[in-house]
Amino acid sequence: MNLDPKIPSGPLESKWSSYLRDVKLVSPNNKRKYKVIVVGTGLAGASAAASLAELGYNVLTFCIQDSARRAHSIAAQGGINAAKNYQNDGDSVWRLFYDTIKGGDYRSREANVYRLAENSNHIIDQAVAQGVPFGREYGGLLDNRSFGGAQVSRTFYSRGQTGQQLLLGAYQAMMKEVHSGKIKDYPRQEMLDLVVIDGKARGIITRDLVSGDIKRWEADAVVLCTGGYGNVFYLSTNAKNSNATAAWRCHKRGAVFANPCFVQIHPTCIPVSGDYQSKLTLMSESLRNDGRVWVPRNKGDKRPPNEIPEDERYYYLEERYPSFGNLVPRDVASRSAKLVTDDGLGVGETGLAVYLDFRDAIKRDSREVIEAKYGNLFDMYQNITDENPYEVPMRIFPAVHYTMGGLWVDYNLMSNIPGLFVTGEANYSDHGANRLGASALMQGLSDGYFIIPYTIGDYFAGEKLEKVSTDHEAFSEAADSVSKLIDKLLSVNGEKTIIEFHRELGKIMWDKVGISRSKEGLESAIEEIRKLRDEFWQNVRVPGEKNYFNKYLEFAFRVADYFELAELMAIDALDRNESCGCHLRDEYQTDEGEAIRNDKDYAFVSAWEYLGVNGKLETKLHKEPLNFEFVELKQRSYK
Amino acid sequence: MSEMTINLKIWRQKNTDDPGRFEDYKLGGVNEHMSFLEMLDVLNEDLIKKGDDPVEFDYDCREGICGSCNMVINGKAHGPKHKTAACQLHMRTYSDGDTIVIEPPRAAAFPVIRDLVVDRTAFDRIIEAGGYISVKTGAAPEANLIPVEQEVSNQAFDYATCIGCGACVAACPNSSASLFTGAKIAHLNRLPQGKPERARRTIAMVDQMEKEGFGDCSNYAECEAVCPVGISIASIAEMRREYMKAIF
Repeated sequence: MNLDPKIPSGPLESKWSSYLRDVKLVSPNNKRKYKVIVVGTGLAGASAAASLAELGYNVLTFCIQDSARRAHSIAAQGGINAAKNYQNDGDSVWRLFYDTIKGGDYRSREANVYRLAENSNHIIDQAVAQGVPFGREYGGLLDNRSFGGAQVSRTFYSRGQTGQQLLLGAYQAMMKEVHSGKIKDYPRQEMLDLVVIDGKARGIITRDLVSGDIKRWEADAVVLCTGGYGNVFYLSTNAKNSNATAAWRCHKRGAVFANPCFVQIHPTCIPVSGDYQSKLTLMSESLRNDGRVWVPRNKGDKRPPNEIPEDERYYYLEERYPSFGNLVPRDVASRSAKLVTDDGLGVGETGLAVYLDFRDAIKRDSREVIEAKYGNLFDMYQNITDENPYEVPMRIFPAVHYTMGGLWVDYNLMSNIPGLFVTGEANYSDHGANRLGASALMQGLSDGYFIIPYTIGDYFAGEKLEKVSTDHEAFSEAADSVSKLIDKLLSVNGEKTIIEFHRELGKIMWDKVGISRSKEGLESAIEEIRKLRDEFWQNVRVPGEKNYFNKYLEFAFRVADYFELAELMAIDALDRNESCGCHLRDEYQTDEGEAIRNDKDYAFVSAWEYLGVNGKLETKLHKEPLNFEFVELKQRSYK
Repeated sequence: MSEMTINLKIWRQKNTDDPGRFEDYKLGGVNEHMSFLEMLDVLNEDLIKKGDDPVEFDYDCREGICGSCNMVINGKAHGPKHKTAACQLHMRTYSDGDTIVIEPPRAAAFPVIRDLVVDRTAFDRIIEAGGYISVKTGAAPEANLIPVEQEVSNQAFDYATCIGCGACVAACPNSSASLFTGAKIAHLNRLPQGKPERARRTIAMVDQMEKEGFGDCSNYAECEAVCPVGISIASIAEMRREYMKAIF
């Protein structure tokens, strides 16, 4: 398999502009002859759908929620990065590029990341023009805040609801095109298969989540914007319905899956309270701007936090990383939290938590200032924990948050299946082994507003696409296989619920494919996943019927796919004999617990090809070498 | 940590045509730190094990921001806690032995799909009618070219936080969508970017709201009382002013 990234030649600064200079165009008259399916209506999907429709393409949008506005991008709190340099603090496109590629621990493509940084400024312009109410200064101009992994202030925000505001902007742009007739919007439709004809993506199969009908949809290209796979872990900060099925189904149809083991564990989440827990809630990383992270210096110190004197508090991030302090990147912060709790210094009932303390910030800036910045986050915390964070420190712990891995794409954001484009969190492209805060919103919108509209035209202009009908045998085969799988799930009628299986799978993943991994642990995880998967197919109980609204049937289908993806994640983690970004292998770390990267042997994107599941997952590794022409690879240091 | 037994009275309805009915359930082992929806998850696990159909309800983020959940709890949309979506409600609000009645939001414009799940696509059609600023991708000027007074921007934000859950409709004796529609009009019309289309937008959205079968506003203010993000009914007054200005 030839995984050509198709990166334009020339200097880094002019790769995207030279691509745009040479890109093939489709004339306005011809655009209306093309039909594009966009699956998922988060930032990546809604922005792509709106932009493609504005150009004149006929767009069909699909989402699993009851409205396109509810995609999980809505929950992003902290902000979106851009290299505007409004603060005059030395920011630039280069610096945003450099921070992002360094933050990703040199496991992403230079050309993609540079283009992302270039597009960042256009995104802010676009969002402001749409009426997105970003935070502003008294003079009426846009305000910024700081985020982890950067020494400049480049994050634009709408209080603690930046994702909501950006998504509503994109959703409204999309609804504008529904009004114009260029978008047909189909909510409560779940993509359950990809249809490939003559080697090209030509349609999808969906299940109508209200009627249960299996439906066929043809198009000239499919844009997959279905988000990440963090819910493999059962407990994560993802929305409950976020899932990997659409991406996994594409993988089973031939799309290679890149870097599946790169999973971001976010350092500031509300700790688990009991075994009924259904999800975890993130507290925005922006809180680390003003909150100080600490644990008691002495093991077994059970005093209430406010009674622990200053010299008995261990501000471990500030002590270990004096130049970045509490603003180290997410992977470093999560790993540090694990180290101190492993040492028995954790706080709270379970000992699996650390403090995030605003006492000093409130003393310095006043309660009003802190409330204006983080009011809704503090309310949310109090609501969930019944504790007042203005008075006692928050208790936080890492939780699965984002997946950097995803379907492999080239510079055009096209997978190895022609006509299948993948954007946003669903692709693997820009964040390497670790994503910096406030970069997910940036990537989703860069892909959707400013990349796909050009690259899809280039694809159409260069391909001869015959008309296809949904009666084609490839559609029948895909629709039948979906129906059969649903029947199979409903017919097992075992003893254990889907949630019980999912929770068990999640525990294996968290314990052995989570914050730190070892050869031994990964090997046993693979065995356990296989065993549990076999049991799932013999003993799962899926309630109800297929021909009406049945959420547990939806879950069953998704969990069945998680069981395969989970194994691939463990296989990938086992293959990568180095530590990089969020991927920490116990065998590859310094005595102080810092990651040891191996650029000589592992500066590549792992891209896995699906061969089948037969008791075990059959998969084949392909490698896309990462060539660094413009940055020097350094051991990452935030000391 | 105390464990409670809760009596549940839940609306069950197979599909839009089924007349539906309340059914009673007794649920033990309820922990005070559970969220309300986690309590329903536990109930559903029990039902599935017994071979019964689980209760269907909409949810997604469980962080109070996606607007999926919108059940009516003891007669109040999203339950008893002020400015709190059902997913952010915790069982510590209740006591051992309490009876909780759970039903879907009821409005002609929100037909029931199954149990507590309703069809809210009418909201999408109101936005589709005009709830946007017509700017094409790529056509935007430099972001700081148009200063917006901080106060104006903050007000716009307060209205823009609407999560589109439909609690306002459920709470309104007229099943009006005025708070939802007003919030979007108040958000966009006050911003300099939104001014060129304000008249067209207001008329189109208000007309669509009526077409969808939502009632009109009679100033009960029940909507503001149940709104999980605290949208003010000042938005409705603003919608009316904008509408009057627009038609003359």
